[in-house]
Amino acid sequence: MDALTPATPAVRVRGLSKRFGATLAVDDLSFEIRRGEIYGLLGANGAGKTTTISMLLDLVTPTAGEVEVLGLRYPKGREAILSRVNFSSTYVSLPLRLTVWENLRVFAALYGVKDPKACIHELVERFEIGHAMKKKVGDLSSGQKTRVYLAKALLNDPAILFLDEPTASLDPDMADKTRQVLLSVQRERGATVLITSHNMAEMEALCDRILFIDKGRKLMEGSPRQILDRYGRATLEEVFIHVARGGEALA
Amino acid sequence: MNLGRVRGLILRYFYLYRGSLPRLLEQLYWPVVDILVWGFVTIYLRQFEGELPNFLAYFLGGLILWDVLFRSQVGVSVAYLEEVWSRNLLNLFVSPLRPAEFIAASMGIAIMRVAFTTVVTLLIAYLFYGFSAFVMGVWLWVFMGSLVLMGWSMGIFIAGLVMRFGQGAESLAWGLIFLIQPVAAVFYPVSVLPGFLQPVSHAIPAAHVFEGMRQVLDGAGVPTTHLMAAYALNAVYLVAALAFFYRTLAEAKREGRLLRVGE
Repeated sequence: MDALTPATPAVRVRGLSKRFGATLAVDDLSFEIRRGEIYGLLGANGAGKTTTISMLLDLVTPTAGEVEVLGLRYPKGREAILSRVNFSSTYVSLPLRLTVWENLRVFAALYGVKDPKACIHELVERFEIGHAMKKKVGDLSSGQKTRVYLAKALLNDPAILFLDEPTASLDPDMADKTRQVLLSVQRERGATVLITSHNMAEMEALCDRILFIDKGRKLMEGSPRQILDRYGRATLEEVFIHVARGGEALA
Repeated sequence: MNLGRVRGLILRYFYLYRGSLPRLLEQLYWPVVDILVWGFVTIYLRQFEGELPNFLAYFLGGLILWDVLFRSQVGVSVAYLEEVWSRNLLNLFVSPLRPAEFIAASMGIAIMRVAFTTVVTLLIAYLFYGFSAFVMGVWLWVFMGSLVLMGWSMGIFIAGLVMRFGQGAESLAWGLIFLIQPVAAVFYPVSVLPGFLQPVSHAIPAAHVFEGMRQVLDGAGVPTTHLMAAYALNAVYLVAALAFFYRTLAEAKREGRLLRVGE
């Protein structure tokens, strides 16, 4: 089994850095994600969010620093970690020529889901895509695709869910429904969620804590309320714009 | 090795091929065209076969077995390319699927592709030209096994090249193997080649298979030396191709290339 004790954080990152040639994409980043919390990663485009998540998922090898997920480290713990986490991004597609059912069936096998049929049916009903099971993913609307990606990400009942802009392609109604489903799943299953989004209202509503990064460095970390108070702003959007335009970063 | 995950990935390709008529036809198009065109050419040339009694068998046998090698290589390379084209690689790499399981599934797919195409080409060769590759007896399967192994090695190597150089290198999946065809002794013996090329030919497993095939068709005994050489070379190349693939994957993770797949 894994090295997870009640005191072990879901994710522990220490002095994490990543250099691509002359570019320092992530610079000495340290943070912890507690078990069961929704943790937001915020930053402008190119701030290092994707690189950071990629290192947490072993898609990118760090230049320096340590990553622990569920108390385990890559590469030794790769299989144990990845069978207990999952990932969804609006920008990472599933095979478009396969139907919704076929895609979910394949990933259920890859994640070793015990009762794939029941699990898939529960998830598609939850995300209101049951009627599209026999449709090819390529024939779905972008909102439906996003919900299929999210259903895939919940197949293995993950202990940690990595979500990269999960509602970016959804209309406000479907985005809100999706958030509610994610919240209810997270509460029921006690999953930890690491989420990135450019929708500041969504981050404010969903996240227990937020980490602001800029040029790969940690600017500040805290609950949305704490961040607003520290910057003396009314919304996260105002804080984001302030930081993105080079405003003073408060520790 | 988790066989459930290997089966899961094979299921993914089964769904893909089941739902795609163009992919199924592509499996048959060139092998059928090749065997029809070259089969009739061979029949025409048969009138001059006094000097070479087994001309038809050499040629059709070579053609059928060459396609085994080609389909095996393409099967592995295209399995990787399908994930690149569908931008699905990230989903696979963030799943517990091991690279070894991915490769095992690709090899499984390659065998299915080989089986599907070979049944058709064997049938055409028999129906149109009265040539049965089964005259090679059990050696037919031994030859095919060696060519499948060589195809796997090349397929893994090419998948590594695509991972290293990006989608621009995908044409290698269909073209690279033809670079070795002139020295693979498919349709003529190694002795025909210039002296400086013969050592190159002897380093290619397929050349030993085709030399062995002609030996069997001539009734000149069991091609033990050729088969041992072919399988030994295959073992070396398979290990080398796997090492290259793993090294390229580690490099891709260091340089963040996996995030840019499909761009």
